[in-house]
Amino acid sequence: MSEQTTKAELAPKGSMVDSRALELAGWLALVAFIIALPFFGSVWALYMGCLVAINVIATVGLNITVGYAGLLSVGHSAFLGVGAYVSALMWIHLGTPLALNIVGGAVAAFLVGLLFGIPALRIKGVYLAIATLAAQYSLYFVFQQWTPVTGGDRGLSLPKIDVFGFGDIGFYFVVAFVALLTTLASRNLFRTRVGRAFIAVRERDYAAEVLGINMVSTKLLAFALGAAYAGAAGALLAAFLRIVNPDQFTLLVSVFFLAAVVVGGRGTTLGSILGAVFMTMMPEFIRFVLEHLAGAEADMAGLLSPLREIIFGALIVGFLIFEPRGLVGLLKRAFGHVEEVEARAEH
Amino acid sequence: MNAPLLDINEVNISFGGIKALRDVSARVDTGKVTAIIGPNGAGKTTLFNVVSGFYPAYSGSISFDGADLLKRAAHQRSDMGIARTFQNIALFPGMTVAENIKLGAHHRQKTNLFTAAMFLGPAWREEQELAAEIDREVLHLLDLQEYRNRSVSGLPYGVQKRIELARALIGKPKLLMLDEPFAGMTTDEKARMSKYIREIVRGSGITALLIDHDMESIMTMSDHVVVLNFGEVIAAGTPAEVQKNPAVIEAYLGEEE
Amino acid sequence: MDALALFLEFSLVGFASGGIYVLAGLSFVIVFKSTTIFNFATGEMMMLGTYLFFLFDLQMGFGWMGGLIAALAAAAGVAMLTDRVILRPLIGRPHIVLVMVTFGVASIMRGVAGLIWGPNVRQLTELLPRTPVFLGDILVPGKLAWGFATAGLIALAFMLFYRYSRAGTAIRATATDQITAESLGINIRMVFLLSWGLAGVLTAASGIILGSVNGVTPQLGLVALNVLAVVMLGGMTSVFGVVVAGLFIGWLETIVGAYLGAAWQSFIPYLIVLIVMFVKPTGLFGEQRVERI
Repeated sequence: MSEQTTKAELAPKGSMVDSRALELAGWLALVAFIIALPFFGSVWALYMGCLVAINVIATVGLNITVGYAGLLSVGHSAFLGVGAYVSALMWIHLGTPLALNIVGGAVAAFLVGLLFGIPALRIKGVYLAIATLAAQYSLYFVFQQWTPVTGGDRGLSLPKIDVFGFGDIGFYFVVAFVALLTTLASRNLFRTRVGRAFIAVRERDYAAEVLGINMVSTKLLAFALGAAYAGAAGALLAAFLRIVNPDQFTLLVSVFFLAAVVVGGRGTTLGSILGAVFMTMMPEFIRFVLEHLAGAEADMAGLLSPLREIIFGALIVGFLIFEPRGLVGLLKRAFGHVEEVEARAEH
Repeated sequence: MNAPLLDINEVNISFGGIKALRDVSARVDTGKVTAIIGPNGAGKTTLFNVVSGFYPAYSGSISFDGADLLKRAAHQRSDMGIARTFQNIALFPGMTVAENIKLGAHHRQKTNLFTAAMFLGPAWREEQELAAEIDREVLHLLDLQEYRNRSVSGLPYGVQKRIELARALIGKPKLLMLDEPFAGMTTDEKARMSKYIREIVRGSGITALLIDHDMESIMTMSDHVVVLNFGEVIAAGTPAEVQKNPAVIEAYLGEEE
Repeated sequence: MDALALFLEFSLVGFASGGIYVLAGLSFVIVFKSTTIFNFATGEMMMLGTYLFFLFDLQMGFGWMGGLIAALAAAAGVAMLTDRVILRPLIGRPHIVLVMVTFGVASIMRGVAGLIWGPNVRQLTELLPRTPVFLGDILVPGKLAWGFATAGLIALAFMLFYRYSRAGTAIRATATDQITAESLGINIRMVFLLSWGLAGVLTAASGIILGSVNGVTPQLGLVALNVLAVVMLGGMTSVFGVVVAGLFIGWLETIVGAYLGAAWQSFIPYLIVLIVMFVKPTGLFGEQRVERI
């Protein structure tokens, strides 16, 4: 018996100590990178850093809903919009500090998530996806039409937010810090019963019920939580860009985040980060390629949008068919981390 | 005689015109092993599913530990003290063996969204304690140590069945419901499983309710047997009594094992 | 003209435009019933079918009849290709993956159309006669009347096919119970392929009729919202429900638009979607499936 116990430490999935050390190293490297960026990076790098951080928050949230809990949400950008508008309105009308606005945006998005989730989750199956599509359309409609509050098509513009008087770099650190905290929080969820419940509900919901997990309220929580993350990201986006208008929260943006989750790796924290980085860089990459290929400026604007639609869609389809575990899966295979036992493609 | 732990009373259920259970009554006494047997399609798993709260009964009542079971939602069973395994194994392939087993204790744990997000502090402690409990109480008992941190998917069938059993046990249930624990096993595996179940029952005094249609395995370990056929109870009593019952013999003659 | 006649006129116009919704709704239902996939690309398939007609008819000069046949065939081809190349490799994967993929395909279609034909409106051949149709004293714009007649014919043909042909029966069997259907010797993969092919034809027809009235842009797929309302109201698995809901919503939109204005009209689909979702999610005629564990 004792021989077998020793063998447990050599279990093929990579021993526990090893992967924990690796993860800790990863977090530390990330923190180091974040701190170092303003000092060796250009203004553009700082700008991209903020954008990436904001997208990471939203992607982490969508991954909780789609990747871990297995619920399809195609209206993620609508929740970003809720967060953006609510936080902007708080800043404009109440003069509240940034931290409070972020919380306000997140809470508002959470509540709207509940609003659409509650009726939808009463029905088994794909109904939640439909509700998110309805949310996407109807919230866009509200953003666009409720002119007295949202400013209609023109939207809202915000005065510059100076955090502790440190200007752009200060803002960057705030965004990066919030991204770090929220990502860590998500990672922690899955060390506990809260996260395990999400996964259980994704894979075999009736078995989860037998274990004491209320399927409907668990799915609802996963969904609303994802929405809350989007709300926080939206609030930061509003502060970052200083404008909020409906065209920032279209279906294409929802496709963007879904692609980020699929490309990065559903159901993994690292996947959310990789996916967000990849997708944020993607439009820059497209523009770069177009500039060098096409040369002429005239048609660029017209090409950019359809090209994005094709690429985002193709990424989703391609990764789902060929690399269901996303970039994380690719990395694992590249590092020789082949699953010893042939795992069914449960994803 | 004390009141039974689980008292099933005249339960009826139909699926679109087919009566799956017809006035089924059965009692499961505390600390005893009760077996529900019968040919394929007799309604055994259906009965389990009604007790688990997946199907609403058309009429009849079920009381568990004094409470009206049919009035409670499915996910409340766990808290009330009922744990069960499934005929076709319902483990979660996306998680490791340890994580799957930990889910058995889900209803006992207290970590909520906020303590989980923070992790350091109460959540961490709770996880450590549970991990230790699993190692101490079920991994060793069911010889699962070598699989502890492996992904569940791809493990041999017999091992998966033991994992499911471990998961049910860690919930510290009053009633352990096992749906076909011997299904698909070789003779060796069956003997092993039989040994485990007997150890568990004698060791902890837990009440067990088993389903199987393999007479041999069940007869040696049950205190009380209920025989179902076509959704009706055709006999109930000790293994010896039931084995000699002509109606039971006839029901099984149509079934060549 | 007195108020009642005016109302009737608007109503007929409404039913006529509802015909377009019925066709698109039918395409959705046939895919949903037989493959259980929620086809997020329904609107884009309408849009693509319309562009294909534009391509064959005006750009390649096949003329309207040749263009129409080519477009419908090509649309069916694209749909079946999607099923064969993209969906078939994914059989056995969790359901959410299949639905996500249609979402991705929708995005690709929008992008391709935008890339090839640009964002501006393209006008289609005058397929439907313009001369107004008179029913007694009531005037219905020609295009709409003929559009409705066409849609009605196609819908009728489809429903007869679905009900009485061997292939249609195979589809219905698969829709009821895939496993049993397969054990009866029905080739499920062919049924899926056929369902998608039909969906391609129906959406293209629907889009072409719609495009005949207003022209086509890559945003034509936005009408998917209205189709969503139709499908949700009718119940996602009911052919009859979709017909009723399609006509009703077409009628409602026109009436509201005529009496309350365009702003209110555009609000209707959202209202219906939200009401259905909160009050009766299975729609008027949808079915609630009992899951056996």
